[in-house]
Amino acid sequence: MLLIRCPWCGDRDEVEFRYGGQADVAYPTDPHELDDAEWGNFLFVRANPMGALTERWVHTAGCRRWFSVVRDTATNEMTPDIPRRRESR
Amino acid sequence: MVVDGHTSPAPDRLWRNPEPKSNYDVVIVGAGGHGLATAYYLARNHGVTDIAVLERGWLAGGNMARNTTIIRSNYLLDASAALYDHALRLWEELPEELDHEFHFSQCGVLNLAHTEQEARDARRRAFANELNGVDAEWLTPDEIAEVCPILDTSPRLRYPVIGATYQRRAGVAKHDHVAWALARKCDEMGVDLIQNCEVTGFVTAGDRVTGVHTSRGTIGAGRVGLAAAGRTSVLTDTLGISLPLQSHPLQAMASEILEPVHPCVVMSNHVHVYTSQAHKGELVLGAGIDTHNGYAQRGSVHVVENQLAAAVELFPIFGRAHLLRTWAGTVDVTPDASPIIGPTPYGNLFVNCGWGTGGFKATPGAGWVFAHTIATGAPHPLNEPYGMERFTSGALIDEHGAAAVAH
Ligand SMILES: Cc1cc2nc3c(=O)[nH]c(=O)nc-3n(C[C@H](O)[C@H](O)[C@H](O)COP(=O)(O)OP(=O)(O)OC[C@H]3O[C@@H](n4cnc5c(N)ncnc54)[C@H](O)[C@@H]3O)c2cc1C
Ligand SMILES: [Zn+2]
Repeated sequence: MLLIRCPWCGDRDEVEFRYGGQADVAYPTDPHELDDAEWGNFLFVRANPMGALTERWVHTAGCRRWFSVVRDTATNEMTPDIPRRRESR
Repeated sequence: MVVDGHTSPAPDRLWRNPEPKSNYDVVIVGAGGHGLATAYYLARNHGVTDIAVLERGWLAGGNMARNTTIIRSNYLLDASAALYDHALRLWEELPEELDHEFHFSQCGVLNLAHTEQEARDARRRAFANELNGVDAEWLTPDEIAEVCPILDTSPRLRYPVIGATYQRRAGVAKHDHVAWALARKCDEMGVDLIQNCEVTGFVTAGDRVTGVHTSRGTIGAGRVGLAAAGRTSVLTDTLGISLPLQSHPLQAMASEILEPVHPCVVMSNHVHVYTSQAHKGELVLGAGIDTHNGYAQRGSVHVVENQLAAAVELFPIFGRAHLLRTWAGTVDVTPDASPIIGPTPYGNLFVNCGWGTGGFKATPGAGWVFAHTIATGAPHPLNEPYGMERFTSGALIDEHGAAAVAH
């Protein structure tokens, strides 16, 4: 089981969380600008790296807040996602 | 006790262990069930034998060695019924054709319904199956009890079993023996099966792939077919092809070896577990993916606990068994729970992926249509709906209902 660090509650077992997938997926500024391929890409394609993935978790059985972490998908090592957070906004 | 085997000579190898040549007509990446079946049908159906199957680890050590071996074809949609039932019909021929025992057993599958809505959906699926020529029946709890006496069909359960679909032609096979049977035939027909050979990238010329970089040097290729399951997108990412794949851990588990008690396969989407008993005697259990992405071939223990709880509820007798082993593979999941099989923007590169939690049952069928796609450059009618362009056109093949408890 993963040990996940909630930024507000500290280290808790994975069972207290739900997974939210890739972080920082921005909604298109103007969806009408997108052609079918771009729209399909937005709807269906998410990063699937073997290595660092910035991802969302929600502490459902705790403070119920969302946060991002960087997890290595090959080793499950997790680090907080602080430096990158504002970049993509 | 004297065991004869101890004095017999070592058995012949089932395949050679050749050094890779510098070039092949066809390079297949991945020696799981699908890569091997593809090479087999390329040789058998299309006369292509200058083939290398490149495997980063050992032959069939990926999901092929880790799945729970359930074979069935009771999917809802026309495209899926056609694809999976074609595979099932090939399974019915293969024991004789491959001439290598792999214990294909058509013991039948029960897909349980525990709510009124589930019963309606399940019956709809059974009717759709019948219209598509796929055998399907709807059983009442009493009829279920006759097929599988150890299943608790009493109203005592938190979610009582109110009915089930039954596919008699469904069953199980011994996965590693299937791989070895295919590997032996491939080798006999001249296919090079090359283990410990990881593909790390592609050599390209314009919109064509001319070879692959591997841990054992660069190998030229006329055509390349990817059958790399959970690691497919790691490869396609290097070419800028973005596939809608998410790789997840999928776990399964087995008990100690027991007397035969479990006559068929039982699957429950609702309480979320599926069970069978292996030929050797282990109870084999599985359920869903771990929700997070991952390549570690390792999942979390609460996922195991949840399915054990569900199994013991449905099968009180399992409460006496011991859990002996748990393990995980890395499965490549698509948004519509259907595979991607077809061409890519690179003219001579083809993908067979996205089989996620349910591709073992399709092994021969996937090999058949993927071989056709590679040999002719165009999809077989059965995999025509399965191209990656469906994620642009929106023509998804949504099989979440039939695929729900990951199997
Ligand atoms: C726990 C579990 C239970 C399952 N239960 C069922 C079931 O009951 N019924 C069912 O139908 N399906 C089931 N599945 C799904 C099924 O196992 C897969 O869909 C199927 O095995 C995928 O095809 P494959 O056999 O070719 O995959 P794999 O055996 O995974 O083959 C892919 C191969 O490619 C190799 N490879 C990857 N990248 C590279 C590279 N860069 N270079 C060289 N080689 C590479 C891998 O090492 C691997 O050997 C289950 C899967 C799991 C994990
Ligand atoms: Zn918290």
